[in-house]
Parts: sequence; structure tokens; C-alpha cells
Amino acid sequence: MDYISITNLSKKFEGNGQIVPALQGINLTLSRGEFACLLGPSGCGKSTLLNAVAGFIQPSSGEIVVDGRPVIEPGPERGVVFQEYAIFPWMTVYRNIAFGLEIQGSSATETAGRVDALLDKLGLREFRDRFPKDLSGGMRQRVAIARLLAIDSPVMLMDEPFGALDALTRRTLQDELLRIWRESGKTILFVTHSIEESLYLANRIVVMTYRPGTIKHDQTVTMEYPRDPAGVEFNELKRELGRLVMEEQERHTRDEMKMV
Amino acid sequence: MPLILLIIWETTCRAGVVSPIMLPSPSAIVIKWVEWLRSGELLVDVLGSLGRVTGGFLLGAVLALPLGLFMGASPRIYEYFNPIVQVLRPIPPIAWIPMSILWFGLGNPPAIFLISLGAFFPILMNTIAGVQNVDGIYLRAARNLGAGRGTMFRRVILPAATPYILAGIRIGIGTAFIVVIVSEMIAVNNGLGYRILEAREFMWSDKIIAGMVTIGLLGLAIDQIMNALNNYLLRWHRGLDT
Ligand SMILES: Nc1ncnc2c1ncn2[C@@H]1O[C@H](COP(=O)(O)OP(=O)(O)OP(=O)(O)O)[C@@H](O)[C@H]1O
Ligand SMILES: [Mg+2]
Repeated sequence: MDYISITNLSKKFEGNGQIVPALQGINLTLSRGEFACLLGPSGCGKSTLLNAVAGFIQPSSGEIVVDGRPVIEPGPERGVVFQEYAIFPWMTVYRNIAFGLEIQGSSATETAGRVDALLDKLGLREFRDRFPKDLSGGMRQRVAIARLLAIDSPVMLMDEPFGALDALTRRTLQDELLRIWRESGKTILFVTHSIEESLYLANRIVVMTYRPGTIKHDQTVTMEYPRDPAGVEFNELKRELGRLVMEEQERHTRDEMKMV
Repeated sequence: MPLILLIIWETTCRAGVVSPIMLPSPSAIVIKWVEWLRSGELLVDVLGSLGRVTGGFLLGAVLALPLGLFMGASPRIYEYFNPIVQVLRPIPPIAWIPMSILWFGLGNPPAIFLISLGAFFPILMNTIAGVQNVDGIYLRAARNLGAGRGTMFRRVILPAATPYILAGIRIGIGTAFIVVIVSEMIAVNNGLGYRILEAREFMWSDKIIAGMVTIGLLGLAIDQIMNALNNYLLRWHRGLDT
């Protein structure tokens, strides 16, 4: 049963006389509870695809259906963790996490119980009443994840959420995300350009081509969790995916040379 | 340094180098100020001026804020009002004095009208800029979390634009202060502006300067209050850490 189905999706951007074919003829289906990574070089359309599923971008053609409903606008059932820490700087950590619940009209005690549980789960308790400016990058990204978990979206869309973090913080948050995913059974679409990260996290890895953005390769990953980045299978897959991504990376580089 | 300046000022005056009408000594000014205070008139004047500033400012702000929010948020509303705003904005409030007296007569109404005008445009322009500069990522995030129009305005756009709005309010209060003094010199018969002009008729230089100093001190006090408000409302803002 297809939970998310993307059919013949294309997106062209038009700007200063140029037409950029960001996505072309994308066909992709995900089952409920899958953790899928979108992998590809910069500019291949990963964010565009994610934003189309989120409902922020209207496709030029094609259709996206999530849980039986066509996507026409953003909604809390498809929660997004943005690459930039899009938590609200004018709200405390608590208020940020409570925001979505308050919109849904949940009562004050209900909200408080829920938010406090999430603060504990993500190790944010001591920052409860602090503003984001006092937090490190890793802590801010935790708040963004907690804000999303609070509204309990069945689908989580994450755009390079750990891209700007140091290796150690990154690994910790990856482990927490895996734990949350396995406990909750949420469906996750996760953008990254790190092959290593995709192999550590996902059970599906979708490699994209560069301009136009199409699907080059769809890899199912069956390794057991927790995965060992030093293991044999891990590194075989890593080499194979690396070769695929490299081909696209080279096209990207050639393209950039042409522009100069 | 200010103390040395005061001493030089006092001694030159005492030595009779300048006539007390051209420049009265600091002590004479203080004596006059205390006399003014004792008579009860100072309090009436200060309250009169402050009352007009407050009234005019609030009127201007109450009109400018929602208009600015809507103009900032909707290109259509912006297109609609912008031409009028662009034409009216460069006209200094002072230039409105004759018409305001024709429309509202003498007394408080024209003064309050002029002050509100002085406060209106800085607040309007800054509110528009503030809303237009809200980072789209916050709007996306809020929409993703299910925020409707009302929530978006109250909890996202308004707080995100607050740094700009407060800067506008600051300029607005400054303008309101200038305008209140001028309008009191023309249309009203109490207040600090009126008192300064009245003192001039009698060549009471000491009272003129006492009035000027009072205006300076009031301005300083309001600025301090604004500072405190700023620091409180923008306590989340990065730039304000000291
Ligand atoms: N709003 C837009 N207008 C015009 N072109 C755009 C727009 N958004 C994206 N593009 C173009 O579409 C292509 C795909 O962009 P997208 O942001 O999806 O890439 P990406 O794979 O997420 O890259 P990165 O890894 O750098 O984030 C790029 O070539 C980009 O220049
Ligand atoms: Mg991207």
C-alpha cells in the first residue's frame, strides 16, 4: 500500500530569461513507516522535491498524494524540519515547542505535559525558558525536532537537518532520530548530501541526477540497526553509491565551469 | 567637564561680561526654575505638554500600526495606499499648522492632530518595512505547523517586526516632542512651548532656559523609559546582549 506516491512530478523554475528544469518525471512511492533519504549533489532538486511534498512548491505537472489525499498546501500532517534553524527567536524553547499544539487548541495542561515530556526526551529541560539565541546549533535543531514531534505529524520531512553540525552532535542527533522513528513508526523523507549519513539512517536511498532532477537509482538498505559505519556491507554500499553520486557531481561541476 | 563649563558660565555671568538677558547665570536659572515649580505652574505645563504628546502619539500609533501591518503584509493594500503615503509623508507637520487651525480651531485639538501626524509616518514606514522584512522561513514554519491568518499576525509577523516597529516608535516620539513645543507656541496657552514663548515677551531669559532644560530632561526621561521597554520586548534579540 503506497502511503506517499509521487507521480510524474516535474518542476521548472523560470527566472531572468532562463528555465531551470529542477525536477523532471519523478516517480516515487513510499510505504508507511519508511525512512527514505534523498541523495545527490548540490542543486539537483532535493529541496525542491521535499518542498513539493510539504506543499510549499506547486509542481509544474504531476501529482503528489499522501495518505490518500492530494497535496495542495502545507499542513501539520506533513511536518518539516528546515535546514536553517527555523525556530522562532522571539519565543522561548517551551513556547516554540508548544506553538503547534496551541494552534490545534490543546488545553494548557495537556500542552504543558506534552512539551515537558519532549523537553526530557531531547535533553532540553534546562533550556525550557531560554530563548534560542542562548542555544548552540545542536540544541536549536533539537528544538526544531521537538516542535515537530509535539504535533505528532505522521510524515516528517527533513531538509539536511544536521548539515551544519559538528560530527559528534550530528551522530547523537542521528541516533535520537532513529530511536524516535523506530518507536513511532513515522514515515520520514530526509534530504542529505552525505552518503554516510544516508547509509546510517535510511532503509531506502534515492539517488537523484543533476539537471534535470530525475531518479537515478533507488536502493533498499536492509542492514540491521544500529549500523556500523566501519562494517563491510556498509562500505560496499558506500562505494557503490559514491560512484553514482560522483557521476552526477561531475556533471554539476562541468555545468558550473560552463557558466564561468 | 560639564561642571567646569558650568563654573566658567557662572563666573563670566557674575563678572558682568555678558548681560543677563543675553545669557543668564546658571544659578539664576535654577532660582527661576524653583520659583516656577513652587507656583504650581510648572506642573501644569509639564502635564499639559506630556498629555498632548501622549494623546497625539497614541492616536498616531493606533492608526499607523494596523495600517502598517496590512500594508506590509499585502502587496495589494500597499499599492493602494502607497501613493497617498508617499505624497503626504514629506510634508513636515509644521506645514500643517495653518490648515489644522482652520479645521480644528485653537487649543488642544489642532495640537493633538499635529503631534499624531508627526508620530504617524515614522511608525507607519517602520512597521511596513518590519513586516516586509520578516524572514520567509518563519512564515513557512508557522504555516507548516498549521497557523491561520490571525495566529500568523499575532505570534509571528508582529513579534518578528518588533525591532523595526520599536525603532519607528522611538523616532515617532522624538517627532511628537518637537511638534508639541511648536504647536504650543501657536495654538495653546499652557505647556512648556507656550511658557517659553510667553517668557520671551517679557525677556525672561532665565525662564526661557529653565523651560528648555525642562524639555531636555523630559526627553531624556522618555528615552530611558523607551530603552527599558526596548530591552524588555527585545530580550530575545541577539543584538541586545551586553
Ligand atoms: N525559487 C527558485 N527559482 C529559480 N530556481 C530555483 C528556485 N529554487 C531552486 N531553484 C533551482 O532549482 C535547482 C534545484 O534546487 P534545490 O534547492 O532543490 O537543490 P538541492 O538539491 O536542494 O541543492 P542543495 O543541496 O544545494 O540544497 C537548482 O539549480 C536551483 O538553482
Ligand atoms: Mg537544498
